[in-house]
Amino acid sequence: MSGSYQVSSNPHIRSKATTSGIMLSVIVALMPATGFGIYNFGPRALAVILVTIASTVLTEYLFGLYRKKMTITDLSAVVTGLLLALNLPVTIPLWIAALGGVFAILVVKLLFGGLGQNFMNPALAARCFLLISFPTQMTAFDCDAYTGATPLAALKAGEQVNVLDMVIGHTGGTIGETSVIAIAVGACILILLGVIDLRVPGSYIVTFVVFICIFGGRGFDPYYISAQLAGGGLMLGAFFMATDYVTRPVTIKGQYLFGIFLGLMTGIFRIFGPGAEGVSYAIILGNLLVPLIEKATRPTAFGYKRGGAHRGK
Amino acid sequence: MNRAGERLLNGLVKENPTFVLMLGMCPTLAVTTSAMNGLGMGLTTMAVLALSNLLISLLRKIIPDRVRIPAFIVVIASFVTAVQLLLEGYLPALNKALGVYIPLIVVNCIILGRAESYAYSNPPLPSLFDGIGMGLGFTVALTCIGAVREILGAGELFGYALMPDAFEPIRIFGQAPGAFFVLASLVALQNFVKEKRKAAGKPYEKIGSGCGEDCLNCSDTGCARRFYGEKKAGKEKAAAAEKPMSAPGMAGDLEIVNLEEEEK
Repeated sequence: MSGSYQVSSNPHIRSKATTSGIMLSVIVALMPATGFGIYNFGPRALAVILVTIASTVLTEYLFGLYRKKMTITDLSAVVTGLLLALNLPVTIPLWIAALGGVFAILVVKLLFGGLGQNFMNPALAARCFLLISFPTQMTAFDCDAYTGATPLAALKAGEQVNVLDMVIGHTGGTIGETSVIAIAVGACILILLGVIDLRVPGSYIVTFVVFICIFGGRGFDPYYISAQLAGGGLMLGAFFMATDYVTRPVTIKGQYLFGIFLGLMTGIFRIFGPGAEGVSYAIILGNLLVPLIEKATRPTAFGYKRGGAHRGK
Repeated sequence: MNRAGERLLNGLVKENPTFVLMLGMCPTLAVTTSAMNGLGMGLTTMAVLALSNLLISLLRKIIPDRVRIPAFIVVIASFVTAVQLLLEGYLPALNKALGVYIPLIVVNCIILGRAESYAYSNPPLPSLFDGIGMGLGFTVALTCIGAVREILGAGELFGYALMPDAFEPIRIFGQAPGAFFVLASLVALQNFVKEKRKAAGKPYEKIGSGCGEDCLNCSDTGCARRFYGEKKAGKEKAAAAEKPMSAPGMAGDLEIVNLEEEEK
């Protein structure tokens, strides 16, 4: 929170981390993926990104005017808009993108009390809202640059896919998810800055790989595993969505549990579900379980037994 | 005091079963995919509600206290069966659209709730109007929810195309999540209006109820005030008002004292 509290006496550890600073580093870390998306899909991708960010920021601004509490400077609306845009196909009608932005900020975040109170990742909730509302437009991945199924859908249909293209990002898909390299660069920035750690993404990806090995039907097949990892929104989701401070557990054990749950759900959705992709649904389902996970993994306070009773009693 | 009119207004606005009492959520969320379905469900429920209220009120001195719930269910189920046969005969399309939710009216908590809290202890005529009022409130609520969902989810109203061709239906409103969104928005909207009226000094609670706030001598057992407050006068009331304020503080103090003792 940007407003600093005046606390005196006792030595206190002070952190220079501010909400806007963290948000800014996330925006910077998303730049490689954004840049590659624009390069890959052409100028229309830029239009989608700008419209989505404009709608999220404008919604936050208008709500701030109405409630007389301006929260726009924490930059979280920009992050939400950017993440949502990176999760949209480039062919999406601009008004649908804008509607998604309004839904993310107004319904998922502000109505529940603003940043820190949202029970779901706003960008992902909006993506799922749009996916249910406009199934055709949200899965229209045919564009000027690419036609045909996304690599993940092709993989599910039993076709061969080029893993190298998927890692570089020369495939169809949503604007920001295609390039593993660009996302990895961004993730490294966040890890080096100390904004995220590897607990959630690590346990997420490891669990997913184990699940794929057991239930994927191909055993331990490096080609299939790397294609599953590089395809769809797994990387973007694991490093930028699942690590969202508000909607992941605060306890360390809980974060591992959360990652494991996400890996399991993504595997179940991808292997046994009707669609080829399941990252978004897995993460928002995980978000819903966070209070439960936190309750189950709450550390015991010093001097207390598990369950809250004092040792002296 | 105009009891019939007061009962109607009570069901429509003050204690609207859907927006205020939050009863009967299952049909509310399940069948309101279109305005027509909402209207049909509402009117069907209203017919059952009014008739069962009337009959239960007539039988209220005969039904023994201990078996009143089974007795209510028998009365309600009879009316639901009759209504369902009529719907099958005269409105087969609506009957098909509402499906299993017609027989489920038997266990609709609005109907059982009104029988228990109003009809069982009030004369027949007010009970009949209580049923009609509650039924109308339910109908209005369901039709509103259905209309919003139909407009947004299909671009139509009562089956007629309303939106321009360029409008792309937002499908989620035709599905279960949309029902929750619309219900929540409408509840918020009517709370907003009520707050405004309260701030302007014209609260809905005062409209046409003829309530003298003399609950001890009042026969209106359907009145929410009777259950939730002002039953006991004088000292007890003052004590009750003070309690919630002091309770958390006291609990907190106790805990702190305990901790300090432990440390010693």
